[in-house]
Amino acid sequence: MTLDVQIRHRFGEFALDVAFEAGPGITALFGRSGAGKTTVINAVAGLLRPDAGHVHLDGSTLFDAGSQVFVPPAKRHLGYVFQDARLFPHLSVEGNLTFGARYAAADSKGADLKEVVALLGLENHLNRAPNTLSGGEKQRVALGRALLSRPQMLLMDEPLANLDGPRKLEIIPYLERLRDGPLGLPILYVSHAVDEVARLADTLVLIQDGQVRTHGPLFEVMADPAAVPLLGVREAGAVLEADVESHADDGISTLSISAGKLELPGVQAEVGARVRLRVLAQDVILSLDRPDGLSSVNVLPVVVEDIHPGDGPGAAIALRAGEDRLLARVTGRAIRDLRLHKGMRCYAILKATTVAPGSIGR
Amino acid sequence: MNVDAAAWEALRLSLWVACWATVLAVPLALWVAWVLARKTFWGKSALNALVHLPLVLPPVVTGYVLLILFGRTAPLGQALEAMGLRLAFHWSGAVLAAIVMGFPLMVRAMRLAIEAVDPKLEEAAATLGAPHSAVFVRVTLPLIAPGILAGAVMGFAKAMVEFGATNTFVANIPGQTQTLPSAIWTALQIPGAEGQVVMMVLLACVVAIGAVVLSEALARRVAARIAGT
Repeated sequence: MTLDVQIRHRFGEFALDVAFEAGPGITALFGRSGAGKTTVINAVAGLLRPDAGHVHLDGSTLFDAGSQVFVPPAKRHLGYVFQDARLFPHLSVEGNLTFGARYAAADSKGADLKEVVALLGLENHLNRAPNTLSGGEKQRVALGRALLSRPQMLLMDEPLANLDGPRKLEIIPYLERLRDGPLGLPILYVSHAVDEVARLADTLVLIQDGQVRTHGPLFEVMADPAAVPLLGVREAGAVLEADVESHADDGISTLSISAGKLELPGVQAEVGARVRLRVLAQDVILSLDRPDGLSSVNVLPVVVEDIHPGDGPGAAIALRAGEDRLLARVTGRAIRDLRLHKGMRCYAILKATTVAPGSIGR
Repeated sequence: MNVDAAAWEALRLSLWVACWATVLAVPLALWVAWVLARKTFWGKSALNALVHLPLVLPPVVTGYVLLILFGRTAPLGQALEAMGLRLAFHWSGAVLAAIVMGFPLMVRAMRLAIEAVDPKLEEAAATLGAPHSAVFVRVTLPLIAPGILAGAVMGFAKAMVEFGATNTFVANIPGQTQTLPSAIWTALQIPGAEGQVVMMVLLACVVAIGAVVLSEALARRVAARIAGT
């Protein structure tokens, strides 16, 4: 299942010109507010007809300006989860969930009501009115409603943006289950939150001012020093996968990555599980010698792969740690003092590492 | 015919005319309300003004315009009469007058209800696979139903009390075109018929107040429903 998007559209002063492909898994469209993300997802859904370009899904044409093809949204079989849920206020939760079932293609495969209700934990809410639901519950119903229309692909426009922290954490595991579960539904996911993208996405498309600045597999884009200004210097940082090896009594767990072992607190996954780690570039310190007498025990031998000066006094350093990539943010002065250069061997000290609480399931 | 019997006959005719006017006007008013709420087209403000004209013109003028258009000597009136539909000086003309006079009230109530529906809900229904007709029947219509009912009640009430245009267009023939307001006006001309006048005025008040109360209650429901409470 591949979505091939190439569109150009103008509204007044704003010009959108993007091209990208979204394959299996979660493809995140990331950008600041006003970058044009929602315009792209609406064009894919058919809620907006772009001035030029095309949208193909697995070889079938949903839109082609050249041959004047425009499949209306009702015939695209794409499930759309909106930022504001948009539940039908006059229908119960069950009425909302089953709204689209009758329009599903006869040969469509996917979950039935019982499975979706179980997946999203909605067993006790079926007879409730949408206005009595919390924000997180509304988004779960909206997600279930989209799934039950048996879509070929899910489109999600900032589904977590209106939720506070705890409510976000309530939804994310459902999205992870969807990504890793048997449905294997491809998802196009619009977001301006780096933490969501780092945790959920397989492929990342970075959009700025209506243009795609870079795109590729999540682990590569997140470790790309050129992407730092797009993600924000405080948010940029590599994402890597680790295996949980053991949990000690003092709450510290040992995880292994290709370059060695890490000792981290607060890991909730079971032994043997594969988890995603996020290492912010500003939390990585470089040292020429293997340091000792440090409070941090997480030190990895690394090789400098690239040095990317930023606009300000800082620079982003791309590092290779075993088979994984890391990103560090240091000042230009530190680069001079340490004589950092490509191919140089040094040590990365990880001050802090965020671990996704659940297993990523593969 | 004594005045008492004439009063009941007038009430019966008024209810008959009002029912027909409501049934015929609701679909047309809904369509016009939809067009005014959702479409942009050349001449939209002219259509809006035309719909509202009976609200601001003296009813006698509206009745006179109907007479010019649909009178027995007017080409349109003659053409309709040839097809078997007589309007002038006939109860069906009272229905037409009631429709025209009640139309602005119906369109306003329905238009407000349609404008209160978030088009994003209709977009959501479309992305779930619903064709246009299903979006209207399963999403829009349930949300605006109270507004349609409120408009229908207002139109019915207006038809019950319409006097000026009706009297001008179809006159005041007992048993044929004499509606309740016309009967009140006639009774007022007869010395000593004050008792009948009071009875008919009370009848008219009960119908009118009942309609307004019902309409208000339905309008509140539409607001609550769209807010999802």
